[in-house]
Amino acid sequence: MFKKKAHTAPEATFKETWQEGDWATKLSFIIMGISQLKNKQWLKGLVFLLSEVIFLVWFFYNGISAISLLGSLGKIKKLTRVFDKNQGIYVTKQPDSSMVILLFGVISIILIALLLVLYYASLKSTRHLYALNRDGKHIPTTKEDLASLLDTRLHQLLMFLPLAGILAFTVTPTIYMITMAFTNFNQYHPIGFSWTGFQAFGEILTGSMAGTFFPVLGWTLVWAVAATATTFVFGVLLGLLIESKGIKFRGVFRTLFVIVFAVPQFVSLLMMSMFWDNAGPVNSWLQRMHWITEPIQFLQNANLAKLTVIVTNMWIGIPVTMLIVTAIIQNLPQDQIEAARIDGANAFQVFNKITFPQILFVMTPALIQQFIGNINNFNVIFLLTGGGPLNSKFYQAGSTDLLVTWLYKLTMQSVPNYNIAAALGIFIFIISAVFSLLAYRRTNAFKEG
Amino acid sequence: MHSYKRQQRLSLSLRYLLLIALVIVWIFPIAWIIMTSFSVNLSGFVSTFIPKQWTLSNYAKIFNNKLYPFGSWVLNTFVIAVICAVVNTFTTTVMSYSLSRLRFKLRKPFLQFALVLGMFPGFMSMIALYYMLKAIGMTNLAGLTLVYIGGAGLGFYVMKGFLDTVPKSLDEAAELDGATKWQIFTHIILPMDRPMIIYTSLTAFMGPWTDFIFPSIILSTDSPKNKTVAYGLYNMMSNTKGLSSQYFTAFVAGCVIIAVPITILFIVLQRYYVNGITAGADKG
Repeated sequence: MFKKKAHTAPEATFKETWQEGDWATKLSFIIMGISQLKNKQWLKGLVFLLSEVIFLVWFFYNGISAISLLGSLGKIKKLTRVFDKNQGIYVTKQPDSSMVILLFGVISIILIALLLVLYYASLKSTRHLYALNRDGKHIPTTKEDLASLLDTRLHQLLMFLPLAGILAFTVTPTIYMITMAFTNFNQYHPIGFSWTGFQAFGEILTGSMAGTFFPVLGWTLVWAVAATATTFVFGVLLGLLIESKGIKFRGVFRTLFVIVFAVPQFVSLLMMSMFWDNAGPVNSWLQRMHWITEPIQFLQNANLAKLTVIVTNMWIGIPVTMLIVTAIIQNLPQDQIEAARIDGANAFQVFNKITFPQILFVMTPALIQQFIGNINNFNVIFLLTGGGPLNSKFYQAGSTDLLVTWLYKLTMQSVPNYNIAAALGIFIFIISAVFSLLAYRRTNAFKEG
Repeated sequence: MHSYKRQQRLSLSLRYLLLIALVIVWIFPIAWIIMTSFSVNLSGFVSTFIPKQWTLSNYAKIFNNKLYPFGSWVLNTFVIAVICAVVNTFTTTVMSYSLSRLRFKLRKPFLQFALVLGMFPGFMSMIALYYMLKAIGMTNLAGLTLVYIGGAGLGFYVMKGFLDTVPKSLDEAAELDGATKWQIFTHIILPMDRPMIIYTSLTAFMGPWTDFIFPSIILSTDSPKNKTVAYGLYNMMSNTKGLSSQYFTAFVAGCVIIAVPITILFIVLQRYYVNGITAGADKG
């Protein structure tokens, strides 16, 4: 009885609206907002009308040229000398900046898509008005429309600005970068580039980049598994130790460990790279103790560097798991454990049958998220080793580089390979998507609430 | 019985010993960082655990330095952080409320879309954003702030997870009493959401203090004064590490100044952090 009204079928079809509607309704199919204005929905009508006017002005001044250039990404690809007939001399022509052309092309397509959405909304509104008029029902005034923004359509009011932000600062750049994967925007074509289809993907999988891609991918996965597993296992153990019977000052111990995680990573990790350095305190001390004569190459030897990175990551990651595990243990159903004890279960059985399953149950989504986070763990690698030591077999990558840090290097170095970087980003997306599917199917935030 | 007790005591002391040993391992590098900030060192390298000579001059040096204007960095970052805290909290709150409590046709598609969007590595959009900002001439602090607040609408997961656990019967009761959705939002949900709002605003405030990657892409061509503190320090470090430089310990001092408040904030907030991670599994 108090349930919301069931979703009703459209009161009229677009066809009926077009055939039976009055002149204003018909005109609304071409000029948005007319029927709203005629029905005294001033604000709505004006918004529709103005958006169409602004769009058309933009479209004829900029839009058409922006889109027409999108196909070729600019005619002049290289610095060329062209004979100018009017002046009778040769002139040097700068190559067209394909990057700018591509950017404006992408933005134009997004704007057109937005207008189409708005056009559909205006058509629906027109159809609604037509039906209301046909049935002789009350037509909401501007005031009533505005009031509904605070009630039944509150989501539109609240989400408008955030969505605009997401569109401008997340969606647009992501699309822009995806399109770059299908060009030859690399060190050989730094300014004027063209569409080349799947060439960049081919280069990564079978071409000149394959010799770097597969080892880096392999290490990325090894790293993600090792980093996630070590912090989980030892975090659980540490949590159990702190929560074990008889330990006092648990809060103090927890806080002491958490300090490490709380320190900004650019501070702790940059300093750790100095800590492990050949001339750093660890090596100096070992040398002074005469336990070693040559410094241990913690960060300079490829295999040792990988180990150092994983160990240092444990230092940062274990406190987080510990924090979660202690919270879980504190919320465990004590009566269950008591009952198990009375039935003669020992500490290991209680852990194995009650504590650990609960920890695993609560932490599985977080674990998979951590795994994906580790695949993309830029900070630890970049700050600690910078991807190094250099590997002469790799293209612009070092032995500890992950896919993300390699992507970063491909775009930030003096000879950028944006197309390869963009294609790499798409590969990372695919890898993350596969694991995320596992994760979010188990997370409540995405279930129908 | 006697031996059982002794065994218990032995086990407890062993566990204490292990814990204390672990605490020392964990805290040691942090203590080393703090001690380094008080050490006299002109080599740009720190090769000792405990400084040979103690000094406060590093802290004076980091504030009186034309090459690395630490004071301006702190001020810049503070302004950005306050803007982020205000705007991002607002954005996160309205997004979480809409997606958790309101029902509209595109809700589920949007959640799925946000999920897919989140799987693209952040770096992809970062580089594209740099070129977009460059096109409108905003590769500066204002542009950086725009980027920080622009994408905030996607960070709704933790708060939405929290709001999902607030019983819906509250909303329904208010609705029966004739309240509009807006009144429900401002009078019922917002007061209940307060712990999450505090958490969101403080994490949003902390973000700009620790991020060095985005500024390093966007602000690289700007003058030394117009940097954020994390990027400024990072830049200073990469310029001074290993060289025989007099600035290295000053860099460490700067790091300690920033790290202390951030660390304290986090420790105060750790409860919310844990809730955020475990919220998803609460309902089974």
